[in-house]
This record gives sequence, structure tokens and C-alpha cells, in this order.
Amino acid sequence: MKRHLISAADLSRDDALLILDTAEELAQMADRPIRKLPTLRGRTVVNLFYEDSTRTRISFEAAAKRLSADVINFSAKGSSVAKGESLKDTALTLEAMGSDAVVIRHSASGAPHRLAGWVRGSVVNAGDGTHEHPTQALLDAFTMRRRLGRLDGLRVTIVGDVLHSRVARSNVLLLHTLGADVTLVAPPTLLPVAVSGWPCEVSYDLSASLPKTDVVMMLRVQAERMNAAYFPSVREYSRRYGLDADRMALLPEHAIVMHPGPMNRGVEIAAEVADSVRSTIVEQVANGVSVRMAVLYLLLGGADVTTHESEASR
Amino acid sequence: MYPSDGAVAGHSSSASQSVAGSHGRARSAWPADSKIVLGPEEIGRALTRIAHEILERTNGASDVILLGIPTRGVPLAERLAARLTQVEGRPAETGSIDATMYRDDLRLRPARTLRHTAVPASGIDRKIVVLVDDVLYSGRTVRAALDALNDLGRPRAVQLAVLVDRGHRELPIRADYVGKNLPTSQREQVHVLLSEIDGEDAVVLSQQAEQAGADLEAGR
Repeated sequence: MKRHLISAADLSRDDALLILDTAEELAQMADRPIRKLPTLRGRTVVNLFYEDSTRTRISFEAAAKRLSADVINFSAKGSSVAKGESLKDTALTLEAMGSDAVVIRHSASGAPHRLAGWVRGSVVNAGDGTHEHPTQALLDAFTMRRRLGRLDGLRVTIVGDVLHSRVARSNVLLLHTLGADVTLVAPPTLLPVAVSGWPCEVSYDLSASLPKTDVVMMLRVQAERMNAAYFPSVREYSRRYGLDADRMALLPEHAIVMHPGPMNRGVEIAAEVADSVRSTIVEQVANGVSVRMAVLYLLLGGADVTTHESEASR
Repeated sequence: MYPSDGAVAGHSSSASQSVAGSHGRARSAWPADSKIVLGPEEIGRALTRIAHEILERTNGASDVILLGIPTRGVPLAERLAARLTQVEGRPAETGSIDATMYRDDLRLRPARTLRHTAVPASGIDRKIVVLVDDVLYSGRTVRAALDALNDLGRPRAVQLAVLVDRGHRELPIRADYVGKNLPTSQREQVHVLLSEIDGEDAVVLSQQAEQAGADLEAGR
């Protein structure tokens, strides 16, 4: 595995399967009396969050703590970022404090990539702008494999605001690596211009896609990133691209419904669908901790990759 | 390089994975001076003797759990359990315990692949746990397994059974049941082959291969 996890495209098929298998072992820990491993004792993980987040930040924090790492939480609000400190200066400060890994969420696409050039430790992308969110894609793949038993040949339909979604991009890349067939369904205005270059199919008709789907993933309509009118009204969006009980009935019997959260109930997903037995939304949160533990263990649990390489070449 | 508890560094984690599609390592891959120290019959007899010793020392093994340390400790635990069942007529409990996350040499090489931990649903509290491994060497794997056990519950007693004790302990640890004491030099390697994983039963002693090769093999 590489030293950083910045894009789902960094992961080879073997890397991705190693993470999923490791997460599978770590998921067992949830049933044990002592839910803590000594593995990362003495290592420091910094959560550097420039953008609001509940589940991702808490999930990374829980994962690091279960591996006995020390966790430093940093949020842009109430820090020197509010006084105008640049990302680079913040990074150098963290470096001076001796962090082994930085988990970064930033509103600018590419921020984790820049950060990786400034710090010695590992950088984990916890969502950068509209670019990528690789651990979300990993936990989604993990959830699919647990529920349906396989990923190879699985038919996955991702629906909604693909344009603003880092989750969609990471999922398309990772699921393609793992052998699943992905279809994006969205209004033309909410698809990126370059979507034709992505390894997936594109459709504009949700009802027609559902009967040949094993997994349907609903994306949040990201109103906070929308600076123009992408669809006529929320009601019209919901009618054409929302998942309600009638649409859910079109799915094959075994199919599951996913959502990366936070949900806009009544917009992209109806409340009765979100709370149905097919929905894996709560499971995804629990799986997130196992998957992030696996990522932190594989990045930090062994020898420093760079020192190991120099030793091997001696 | 750091002496690991199995014979070859990382042999238990890499052998079954890196050799694509076939069982374990190929015979022809060993150095020419390798020699077989135990054959299938001797391994079978050693396990039968250990099984009887376990029965004696634990008064019929009524509350014994055999926990194999992956990879090759697991089939050994199952074979011992089968013998206990044969003699006593009631099934013996088995499982596996992966101690990777508790090792003290994690930072000396890239992150290792985790192995499966499976403990009987009734738990290990107040039971006698017999840890089972193929080779006892530095004792560090056993120490890690004792720590892992600690997080799973509180057994009444913990004992250790190994097929081969090759000496060179680095910690105050000894085995309660030993299949064969095998005096070795630290430059030698001990490979345990089991039919469940490698397609045949044998204990093989060979001279240490090239250092670089061993490091590469330990890579995952």
C-alpha cells in the first residue's frame, strides 16, 4: 500500500481487498468485552477538519482510539485558521508536534494532496471538496460485501447529485477496481462534464434502472455547494430522482438501499425507505469505524514504508 | 534481522498467500541441504502423546479450549481436539487466536495481514486454555498471544502446546507440551508442513536462505 490514502484510485485491487479483509477481522472486536487494541500505542493521529462533519470525524476518532493511538482534534472554527493561518503553516505546526498521521477534511479539492507534500507522516483524505472521499467508498464496498457476499459483477446504481459528490467519484473508482458495474443516474445538470471518461454507465431514468440493480446508493442533494439552479424545484427533483416506497418496490428482492448521510428525508430518499429493512444506513456508520481502523492499521501499524525500503536496498 | 517466533520470518503469513493457487511452498524451493526431521508418522505419534498428556494434566480435559495460533497452530489444535474427542468420547472445543495486533515487532516491517480469531461462543472465562503453535522459538508470539487472550477474558489457566521447540528463547516462556525438542542454531530454519495447508506432513530443517530473500518474504 502507498503511504497516503488520498484517492480511491491509489488502491490496487489487492490493496482494497486487504483493507476489506482486515476490516472484517476488526469488525469482530465489536462483540468483545474489551474493544481496544494496543497496536498504535504511542502514535499520534491528528484530525484536521476544515469543514463541518459529524460522522466522519467521530468515526476516525473512534477508530484511532480503539487502536490506542493518541488523537488530536483540530477544527478550523476557534483555531488560528480563523486568524488567517494557511494550510501549510498549520501543517508545519502539526509536524512540529510530531503527528504520525493527518486525517484531513477540506472544502478545497486537492488539499490532502498538497498536505502530503509538506508532512512526513501519512495523510488520509476524509473528503476534499467535490473531489474524493476514499474511506467512505471503502466502507460502502465493505457494507455491500457483507450484505450481498460479493463485489465482483455486482450492479450498483448511484443516484443524484453526482456533480458535487466526492462519495460518488470515490465509489465509481473503487467499485470499478473491485469488479462491480456502476451506473450513475442523475439529471444532466448534476453530472460532471467529464463523466464520459469515468469507468461507469450513465442513465437519466431511475425507474428503468432499478429492476437491474443489486445496490442503489442515494446521494445527498448538496444545496450548500449549489451556486446556480440545477433543477426547477425540490419537489420536481424528488419526483424524478427521489427513492420512495413505490420506486423501492421495483428493486429485486435482495437489493439494498444505501446513503452516505446526512440524509435529506423527503428529498432524495423517503423516510419509509430510509427506515426500511433494506436500508443499510445505520450499518454503514458502524462499518465505517472498522474500515477506518483497518486503514489506520495498514498505514501506521507497520514499519515506516520509506525507512523499510532503504533498509531493504542496503 | 529480528528472530520471529515461527521458523522463517513471516512464514506463516506469507507462505499460503504468495504461492499462487497451490499448497504452501514447493519442495523444490528449499536449499539443497534441507533435511526432514519428522515425518507424518512421527508427527502423528507426537500429537497423540500430547493429547494424552493434556488429558492427564487437566483431569479429562472437560473444560479445555484448544486455541491455535495461525497459521499452522490452527490445524494442529484441530488434530489434538480430534484425539481428545476420540479418547474421552465428547467433543473438545477449539478456536484460533491471532496475536498480530499485540506483537512487539510490528514497527520493524510493513503492516502484517491479520489472521482470523475465533473463540467458542461460551467464551474463555474460567476455562483452561491450551495455546497451540507449530514452532516455539523466541517466545514473542506466545507473549503476544497471552496479551490477546487477556483482552478476550480470564481463563482459569493457560498452557502451551507446540509441535517443535527449537530453543533460543528471548523471554521467560516455556511449553507445557512439546512434540519434539529440536536443538538448532539460529542460522537454521525450521519449517512445519501440514497436510491441511501444505499438502503433506513434515518438519524440515534447512540453512537460512539469503537475508534479502527472507526480508522480502516478510514483506507482507
